[in-house]
Amino acid sequence: MIVADNIHKNYREVEALKGVGFTVNAGEIFGLIGPDGAGKTTLFRILTTLITADSGRATIDGLDTVTDFEQIRKRIGYMPGKFALYQDLTVEENLKFYATVFNTTVEENYELVREIYGQLEPFANRRAGALSGGMKQKLALSCALIHRPAVLMLDEPTTGVDPVSRGEFQSMLERLKRQGITILISTPYMDEANRCDRIALIQNGKILTVDSPDKIIASYPDSLYAAKSDNNYRLLGRLNERPDVKRCYVSGEYLRVTFNTEAVPALDGVEIKPVQPTVEDCFIYLNSKRNNL
Amino acid sequence: MKQLISFIQKEFRHIFRDRRTMLLLLGMPTAMMILFGFAITTEVKNINVAVSDASHDERTRRIINALAENEYFNLRETASRQRETERVLSDGTADIVVVFDENFDEKLTRGEKAGIRLIADASDPNTAITKINYTTSLIKGVESDWATSTPSGRIIPNVRMLYNPQMKSAYNFVPGVMGLILMLICAMMTSISIVREKETGTMELLLVSPVKPIYVILSKAVPYFVIACVDVLAILLLAVFVLQVPLLGSVVWIMVISFIYIAVCLALGLLISTVAHTQVAAVLISGVALMMPAMLLSGMIYPVENMPVLLEWLSSAIPARWYITAVKKLMIQGLDISYLWKELVVLSFMAGFLLFVSIKKFNVRLQ
Repeated sequence: MIVADNIHKNYREVEALKGVGFTVNAGEIFGLIGPDGAGKTTLFRILTTLITADSGRATIDGLDTVTDFEQIRKRIGYMPGKFALYQDLTVEENLKFYATVFNTTVEENYELVREIYGQLEPFANRRAGALSGGMKQKLALSCALIHRPAVLMLDEPTTGVDPVSRGEFQSMLERLKRQGITILISTPYMDEANRCDRIALIQNGKILTVDSPDKIIASYPDSLYAAKSDNNYRLLGRLNERPDVKRCYVSGEYLRVTFNTEAVPALDGVEIKPVQPTVEDCFIYLNSKRNNL
Repeated sequence: MKQLISFIQKEFRHIFRDRRTMLLLLGMPTAMMILFGFAITTEVKNINVAVSDASHDERTRRIINALAENEYFNLRETASRQRETERVLSDGTADIVVVFDENFDEKLTRGEKAGIRLIADASDPNTAITKINYTTSLIKGVESDWATSTPSGRIIPNVRMLYNPQMKSAYNFVPGVMGLILMLICAMMTSISIVREKETGTMELLLVSPVKPIYVILSKAVPYFVIACVDVLAILLLAVFVLQVPLLGSVVWIMVISFIYIAVCLALGLLISTVAHTQVAAVLISGVALMMPAMLLSGMIYPVENMPVLLEWLSSAIPARWYITAVKKLMIQGLDISYLWKELVVLSFMAGFLLFVSIKKFNVRLQ
C-alpha cells in the first residue's frame, strides 16, 4: 500500500509538485497519468526514497519514505524512466548483477520472471545496449522483479516501446498483480489508463482526480460529439466562434465538441455523431475546469 | 561480501570492455614516460658553437678541439671574424660564439690576463645560461689541464652535480609523471565512472537497492587502485630499463607511498563525483582543479622554491607536490625512509581527511 499525503516539491523557482495526495491499495494496478512535465518522475523519486519532499508525507506499507528509507529499499522494485541497464554488460550479466545487489539469486526467483525473461534468454549473451526498446523494457522489468518486491514502481515503462510490446507488457502486469504485487505505473499515454484498476490524473504538479477509469468517464458531465468535415482545421475555427459551442478540440481525425444546448445544431457538410468520452476527454475537461477556476 | 565481489567484477567488466578506457589507463603512462623521457626534455644538447679566433695559437686550438670533441657541442664555424658574430647568431648558425683575444697564448704565458668572450643568443634565457655554463666548464676543464702542467697557482672552482651529474631531465620527470598519471587514473577515471552511473540512471537503481553506499564506493575504487598499482610498476620498469633512471631507494617504500597517494586521488575522485552531474563536468573539474595544479604547482615543471610566497603556500595543499618530492628522495637520491616522515605524514593526513569527507558526502539519495 502506498500513501502520499499533500506532497510539495520545488526545484528552485519551479513548483514541481503542489500538494499531491492519493492512496494505492495493496494488490492493485494504479496508474499515474499525465503529460510530460506534470511531475510524475518527481513523485516517483520521492516514493522510491531517492529524493525527499519539501513538505508532506509518503509511506509505503506504513514505512515512511524519509525515516525508514532503508526498509523501503528492501521491499520495492523500481524501474526508472530511462531503462537503468548497463549497456556494456550482457543480458544475463545485468540480471545476475541486480539479483546479487538485492541479496538474492536468479535461480531463487526465476519463477517470477520466467515469463518475461524467458523471451530474452535466446539473447542472454547479447550486450544490453544492442537490444530493441521492447527487449530493454523486458530486461529492466526482470531486473526490477528479481528480488520479488512487494511494491513495483514503474516510471513510464512504455515510453519508446512499440505498440505490440506495450500490449504484452500490460498483460505481464496483470499476471504480476495476480501474484499479489502492488503496482504503481506512470504513463503519458491516456489509452493505457483502461488497463489500470484506478488512476490518478496529474497535471502541473496537481492531481486532477483519482478514481477507476470507468467512474472517471462516467463522471464526464456533458454529451460529447465527434465532428468531421472535409476541412477540419476550418471547422475548428468555425465551431470555436459559435456561442452554443462549449468546448472544441482536435482528437485524431475527428474534432471533439460539447455544446451548451441540449440539441445539436445542424451544420452543413459536417458529420456529427455522439461518442463515449475517453480518459483523455476527461483529462482535458478536468484540466480546463481547473484552469478556469 | 558476495555483493561486493559481484560489484567489483562488474566494474572490471566496464573497464575491460571499453577499449578507449583501457588505452587511456595502460597506454597513457607509457606514452607519457616516453614523451617526457625522450622528446620533451630540458637537457641542452647539440649546442651550436662558432669560434672567432684572432690568436691562432696552441692554447686556443686546444680549447677549440675540446669543443669539437664534446658530444654536447657542434662546432659550426672556426674562422668567423669578430664582426660576423652577430650574423651567425641571428641566422641561427650558432647559439654561442666563443671569441678569443689576440695573442691569447702569449698573454697567458707572460702572466697577463687573456680574455675569452662568450656571446650567446639569450632569447631563451634559461637554455642560454645552461649553454654558457656548459661552455665555461669545458673551458675551465681545459684550463685545469694547464694548471697541472704549469705551476701557476690559480683557484679553479670544481662544481659537482650530485644525484644527477649529467642533469638528465628524466630524473626529474619520472616522479612527476607518476604523480600525474596516478592523479589522472584514480581521480578522473573514478569520478567519471560514478558520474556515468548517474547519467545513465543506473545510480537510481543502486540507491534504491539495499546495497550499502560504502560498497558502491569500494567497488569503484578497487579496480582503479589495482590498475594504478600496475601503472606504478610499469612506470618504474620503464624508468629503470628504458630511460636508465637509477632506482636507488627501496621499491617497497615507493609502493607504500604510492598506495597512500592513490588513496588521496581516489578520495578526490569520489569528491568530484558528488559534485558533478555529467561526465563532461567531471572531466572538466578534474582537469582544472586537479591536473593543472598537479602539473604547474607540484614542482614537476617549475621549482616550488621559485614561486611567489602565495603560490608556494598553495602548492603545499597539492598532494602531487608531496608525492613527487617523496618519490624523488626515494628513487633518485636513494634516501632512507627516515628522511621522508614529513611527506608521509602530510599524505596520510590528506588521505584520511579526504576519504572521510568524500564518504560522508556520498549521498544516499539523488539530491
